[in-house]
Amino acid sequence: MAFILCVVIFSLSTQKFLSTDNFLTVVMQASIIGTIALGVTFVVIGGNLDLSVGSLLSFATVLVVDLHDKVGPGTAILLMFVFTLLIGSVNGYLIGYLRLNSLIVTLGMLSAIQGITLVYSGGKNVDISDQTNTWFAFFGREALFGVPVPAIIFIVLGIILQIVLLKTGFGRKIFAIGGNATASLFSGLRRNRLVFSTYLLSAFTTGCAALILGSRVMGSQNNVGEGYELLVLAGVILGGTSLLGGSGSIARTVIGVLILAMIQNGLLLLGFPYYTQWLVTWVVIIVAVWLDIAAKRGKLFSTY
Amino acid sequence: MNTQTEMKEPINSQPEEKPLLKLKNVSKSFPGVKALDGVELDVRAGEVHALLGENGAGKSTLMKILAGIYQPDGGEVILEDQLVHMSSPLEAREHGVLLIHQELSLVPDMTVAENVFLGNIPRFANIFVNNRHLNERCGEILTRLNCKFKPTEKLGNLSIANQQMVEIARALVFQPKVVVFDEPTASLTDYEKVVLFGVIRELKESGTAIVYISHRMDEIFELSDRISVLRDGTYQGTFYTRQTNEDEVTQRMIGRDLDADIEHQPPELGAKALQVSGLGIEGLYSDISFDVHAGEVVGFYGLVGAGRTEIMETIFGLRKPDSGSVQINGQNLAINSPSDAIDHGLGLVPESRKEQGLVLGMSCKDNTTLANISEFTKLGWIDTSAERKVFEEYMDKLRIKCPGWEYSTLNLSGGNQQKVVIGKWLSTSPKILILDEPTRGIDVGSKSEIHHLIRELAKTGLAVIVVSSEMPEVLTVSDRIIAMYDGRITRCFDRGEVTEDTLIRAITGQTER
Repeated sequence: MAFILCVVIFSLSTQKFLSTDNFLTVVMQASIIGTIALGVTFVVIGGNLDLSVGSLLSFATVLVVDLHDKVGPGTAILLMFVFTLLIGSVNGYLIGYLRLNSLIVTLGMLSAIQGITLVYSGGKNVDISDQTNTWFAFFGREALFGVPVPAIIFIVLGIILQIVLLKTGFGRKIFAIGGNATASLFSGLRRNRLVFSTYLLSAFTTGCAALILGSRVMGSQNNVGEGYELLVLAGVILGGTSLLGGSGSIARTVIGVLILAMIQNGLLLLGFPYYTQWLVTWVVIIVAVWLDIAAKRGKLFSTY
Repeated sequence: MNTQTEMKEPINSQPEEKPLLKLKNVSKSFPGVKALDGVELDVRAGEVHALLGENGAGKSTLMKILAGIYQPDGGEVILEDQLVHMSSPLEAREHGVLLIHQELSLVPDMTVAENVFLGNIPRFANIFVNNRHLNERCGEILTRLNCKFKPTEKLGNLSIANQQMVEIARALVFQPKVVVFDEPTASLTDYEKVVLFGVIRELKESGTAIVYISHRMDEIFELSDRISVLRDGTYQGTFYTRQTNEDEVTQRMIGRDLDADIEHQPPELGAKALQVSGLGIEGLYSDISFDVHAGEVVGFYGLVGAGRTEIMETIFGLRKPDSGSVQINGQNLAINSPSDAIDHGLGLVPESRKEQGLVLGMSCKDNTTLANISEFTKLGWIDTSAERKVFEEYMDKLRIKCPGWEYSTLNLSGGNQQKVVIGKWLSTSPKILILDEPTRGIDVGSKSEIHHLIRELAKTGLAVIVVSSEMPEVLTVSDRIIAMYDGRITRCFDRGEVTEDTLIRAITGQTER
């Protein structure tokens, strides 16, 4: 609904909005936030939060870009995923096995990874020296059949994860632990393992996003991912995934992220300054959550 | 069973008395279910009007309409000759209709007085709370209710029974015209029950109309003046309590014969399915040894807190024992988690179906296959149609009333929810099934169905353990009864030798072997 509304409003206000070019731009912009949001959706359905993805994105991008010149693109990508998953598994261990509160653990991790990134880079920005002759450019700069590769990564990953969520035993179990952890325990589900794997998954999709970002920019600042955790969460919430866990869907997250990207894009096309996006994003989230609740209770306002 | 003739002789002193509250032709539907269909109810000032019906009969819905939580789709609510619309509990309260919930809704960290005046705190200059004044007013109400505790006490420190009194006190603040009690005795001891009944009678004499909802027939007959019966959302008539009897209203309520007495043949015992020796956890229970054969039902009877649930949770891998061992089919096994237990053919229908038994937001089908989802998956892929088949099989077998496999368990009645949980465990084809309080909070109809089912299961060669706090239940279903007191097994009865008296002695620690 909101999705269609956005399309209509923006296409009425600016002609450029509906062009194929611009649509691809939107998907492209959405692909980084969206790819991360795919993994985070699993975490949220499982009843937890992941706020560390923003600085994990910075870390992974800095790492892959810096290593690119040192060990070559292939090894760089491999090492980047190894370290990203390592951090994801620390989150997963603390939250899944030690049962620590996910908000606190990942908030702490957010700041810890920022520190690690700075220590690693020594505070300097990194970039790739030969930006034209590396196949690393594939992930962020090239296109297949006219579709930008980032969009392809986002969409293919989205389709795969949607199927995993809805059609596999793993997905079903994630819904179950998020819906009722105790009943899941009594049914023989291993919550610790499942929670652990949701954090691996969100680390993995964050790694994929770092590939796109690093390849597109061919360099990285230490704080490139700052604020992404909130945008990602906004997309997930906008898609209607409950923060209490137990419900949600990848397809809806994708739509949520697209709405966010479209609003940002539309505002730019309409000539608003960059910072209005932040305000508007907030308004959109509040309205979306409000409408969602209002639809559930059949009234706009709560009577008690 | 002609209600017309029964109604001719009213017992009230004022026979032509007008109803204080009247429901006319009230209907309410939820997606897929017609919860209420043309229900009538009239409640008079100064009477206790019992509302009787199986789980799912529509009692809760009706009550929520009275309390303004739901709005009826059709029909009228008439209070003191005025047509009223109550669109929220707040409005209902303003009209003088108050609901005392089955589940308490109090704040444990606040004092008694603060809880009593929650949302209605008398304030000075509309801002400041005068605690002394608050406590004085609360004290008056507590005295009226014969409560011994102080207004300044922290609520969390009170027993459940006393918390319930606080809930009642909170209702009295509003000087209600109608008070609705929903299963108020569910967690009370006998003595506390007597006190509560005293309070209800006192309310009644002061002219308040009481709607009393309960499954417990004895209570209803002790307390009520009239009884209205609901079945499947339809109105089945109102009876004067003095002129009817349990059989008649039960018939009305379930609409079929309670094939009451279960025939007991001596079970055909199979091999020893489960043997527990010397099991103990410090502080909970000690030296627990017993065995269960295939084909028999063993009842565990004892007071709440005797350690029965904890033993079952240990066997099921939810707790680690300090000592002792568990043998399944003659093999010593280390069961470290529920999934180990399931692999070894154990099933546990837990004590609390909403918290431990079901993922309420999930569909009936998904809940049914949750404990053995791996059996429905090939290479991680779920075979949905196989799942559906299994659910529908158990829907038929256990007579689960639900509109379809995709229906959320959240909207099922307690009895049907419990049947889904049982179906979930049966679908794992267990060898040993443990049922912890299998019929708690369930109406007579479903209860008897579940009792029959338990007997049937034993006949098919399952080893069954039933943990229960209800004596009739253990006596009905068990082949043997193990009595527990304070973390120990005090006695083991064979079916023939058990009497109520010896059983009570055994669970209160009056006999030692």
